[in-house]
Amino acid sequence: MSQSYNRGLIEDFSRWREFEAGMWAWIFHKFTGWVLIGYLFTHIAVLSTGIPAAGASEAAIMAGEDVYTQTIVSLESLLLVRLLEVGLLAVAVFHMLNGTRLLLVDLGVGLDAQDKSFYASLILTGAITVASVPTFIAGAF
Amino acid sequence: MAERYSSFKSGGRMWLLQRVTAAFLLVVLAFHFFLLHFVHHADEVSFLASSGRMESLSYYSLMILFLVTATFHGVNGVYNALVNQGLTGTKRTVIKWTLVAASAVLIVQGVRTANAWAGIGLY
Repeated sequence: MSQSYNRGLIEDFSRWREFEAGMWAWIFHKFTGWVLIGYLFTHIAVLSTGIPAAGASEAAIMAGEDVYTQTIVSLESLLLVRLLEVGLLAVAVFHMLNGTRLLLVDLGVGLDAQDKSFYASLILTGAITVASVPTFIAGAF
Repeated sequence: MAERYSSFKSGGRMWLLQRVTAAFLLVVLAFHFFLLHFVHHADEVSFLASSGRMESLSYYSLMILFLVTATFHGVNGVYNALVNQGLTGTKRTVIKWTLVAASAVLIVQGVRTANAWAGIGLY
């Protein structure tokens, strides 16, 4: 027998006190998705400085004086950018882990433990992010 | 059997594509982060290094596929989120085609950048 649920208007965030693990997973997945697509547009815009840079002289490119290298080096010298990159990593890792959880649930695997797998995604995201901080911050000071 | 909840209309072509691209992106995004933050470091980026990687056909092809799948997955995700919020009618059509246009611009700009690095004349 199939069974249907009246889930109400899940987009009504004033109900947040009633939210369970699955709902938080849904909200975090959506939020991280918005951040990632926003970043993709920004990322391509910044990388596009590679187009004018390709027209620079070989000497300028060899010396790293082209507009692309200069843009990336300037951005990476800012501590704020490094911190935002750590944030981006956290967002991407959560989206990937929770996405894996969703793919598995869609395949019929782990639905009974969907709350536990959400908590595991959160903990693993935290651990990977913290472990990556030294690499992401290296050379910023 | 209990009904499985999904925010998508199960069984559709876009539903399947969203999941196929998700599986592909899981692997390639992890590779991208690992290569460009752990093998090479962010503050070592240069046109010369980016160009060196992009001159390899396998890397170039992977990055183009990465760009196209990430754009599809991201923009289709945004569209689905807006439809879930209750987007309908003319607004839905306008937003759909705006997102299609934005995707086209993103892909064209990404390919131009990859071509510039790879030394392909078309950029």
